[in-house]
Amino acid sequence: MKKLSKTAKSSLITYGIVVVAYLVCEILMKTGHMSSLMKGILVPLCIYAILAVSLNLTVGILGELSLGHAGFMCVGAFAGAVFSKCTAEIITVPGLRFVLALLIGIVCAGICGILIGIPVLRLKGDYLAIVTLAFGEIIKNLVNAIYFGIDKNGMHFSLKDSMSLGMEPDGVIIIKGAQGITGTPTDSNFTIGTILLLITLFIVIHLVHSRTGRAIMAIRDNRIAAESIGINITKYKILAFSVSAALAGAAGVLYAHNLSTLTALPKNFGYNMSIMILVFVVLGGIGSIRGSMIAAVVLTLLPELLRALNEYRMLIYAIVLIVIMIFTWSPGGIALRERYLPAKLFHKREKEVQ
Amino acid sequence: MGVLEVKNLGISFGGLRAVDDFNLAVEKGQLYGLIGPNGAGKTTVFNMLTGVYKPNDGKIMLDGEDITGRSNIEINKAGIARTFQNIRLFSDLTVLDNVKAGLHNQKEYIYSTLTGILRLPRYFQAERAMDERAMELLKVFDLDQEASYKASNLPYGKQRKLEIARALATNPKLLLLDEPAAGMNPNETQELMDTIRFVRDEFHMTILLIEHDMKLVAGICEKLTVLNFGQVLSCGDTSEVLKDPKVITAYLGE
Repeated sequence: MKKLSKTAKSSLITYGIVVVAYLVCEILMKTGHMSSLMKGILVPLCIYAILAVSLNLTVGILGELSLGHAGFMCVGAFAGAVFSKCTAEIITVPGLRFVLALLIGIVCAGICGILIGIPVLRLKGDYLAIVTLAFGEIIKNLVNAIYFGIDKNGMHFSLKDSMSLGMEPDGVIIIKGAQGITGTPTDSNFTIGTILLLITLFIVIHLVHSRTGRAIMAIRDNRIAAESIGINITKYKILAFSVSAALAGAAGVLYAHNLSTLTALPKNFGYNMSIMILVFVVLGGIGSIRGSMIAAVVLTLLPELLRALNEYRMLIYAIVLIVIMIFTWSPGGIALRERYLPAKLFHKREKEVQ
Repeated sequence: MGVLEVKNLGISFGGLRAVDDFNLAVEKGQLYGLIGPNGAGKTTVFNMLTGVYKPNDGKIMLDGEDITGRSNIEINKAGIARTFQNIRLFSDLTVLDNVKAGLHNQKEYIYSTLTGILRLPRYFQAERAMDERAMELLKVFDLDQEASYKASNLPYGKQRKLEIARALATNPKLLLLDEPAAGMNPNETQELMDTIRFVRDEFHMTILLIEHDMKLVAGICEKLTVLNFGQVLSCGDTSEVLKDPKVITAYLGE
């Protein structure tokens, strides 16, 4: 019973951090102490935190290396944006429209997760990383090539150009190939982002500390033993992978509704993005939900805060990455922080049995 | 009718006949030993019994139910649990969670993923019941003090015990132990012998074990089967088998 209250306490602290950070930002905004640059970065902070927390489910809890997280985000973003744009005139309540777009984005990304997961989760380690990397790139390039429009005859697809859609004059072109989607209603804001982050945390933390989470971690620690006690490996691997993908889809919907133009660039949905999310997870501590959230926020804020240093900022960013790495992972760093920092700041190391 | 009946079991890997015409009958509550030289096919037999390998011929009957060719997950559900020659614990999970993972498929503790995420009342009820059952099992193996430790932090002997506790959590009819005394000192082996006997008596368990430690085998096994080059060399009561000249030449030595 004591253990249960310990995990409950730890998750309450995580939720608390989010709520306090939200309130501080809101107060700063209301009192006018926040620059417009910072205001613009608040929703991306939520997006990155959601992505990092959801990727941690694959990397930390399931123990498989995935480099295609931005691909699932891309699927969610475009599915959600297409829905919102199509229904912008039919559903006039922005909140309802966003929730529906969110559900559609989550379902589409989740289905992609299942479809990719079934063949890919047979692979391990490097191979899985390569295939998921390829998936992310394929999705990005596919989205760049698609033309999609709606008129009174129904939906039209093309991979050539907007002329080949053969639409009636009253039709609306929704996805214009590499130009992406323009005029998406900007339904998301910082409050919605924070709520989504809290929901993501709620889902991931509760999933990890349940019968399902135990089965997933058992597979991570020893696949053969997990099979020997009757745990269905395929089912739980796909479950973890698709939940992770679906949550990335939610982040994508949030992303799509933050800006009115949505294009798939290497910067936002390419492998650079996937690797950046992985950096958040690794530096925050693989398997630590709270850690990946904090790392996502700190490492997104840092380049912005260092903007005054111009070209030196990426140099400092790199140094910070290395320092965090040493601090969280190397035995020397762990010894150092245990000696000089109050033990309460970090998880107490478990007593080892002699 | 025995708990486990194996008839004419055989498997080939390419041109190698690893196990051939293997027969075994284990009665309920028996402590049965499977011995033989290295490479004789003992672990291969275990792997066929637990569904890791599919046998080429023969039949495996568990409690009158034909389980030949089923997957290892189905076979575990049917009632065979095992431990491994090289310990396979969930090293990053706590000792308690290792046993709770073993309770995964027990009807009284099952709840859906959604119930877990939404923390419905069933979640709390099932988790509490699981905690109680897992602690009970840990107490049997004198591991209850270490319940919150990471499994990889346990000393070797206790890791072996935890593996048995986890196997028992799946509520099996038959427990397979693959070299439980490997790497143990004489004191630990003695303690292990008491534990195995205790498990048999306390849980009315049927146990089939592979072992090279003849002191343990002679001390606790009631019946033995000796394998050599994939074939049964001898089988019967422990005392008689150990006196069999064929067994002495092939395995025990003069």
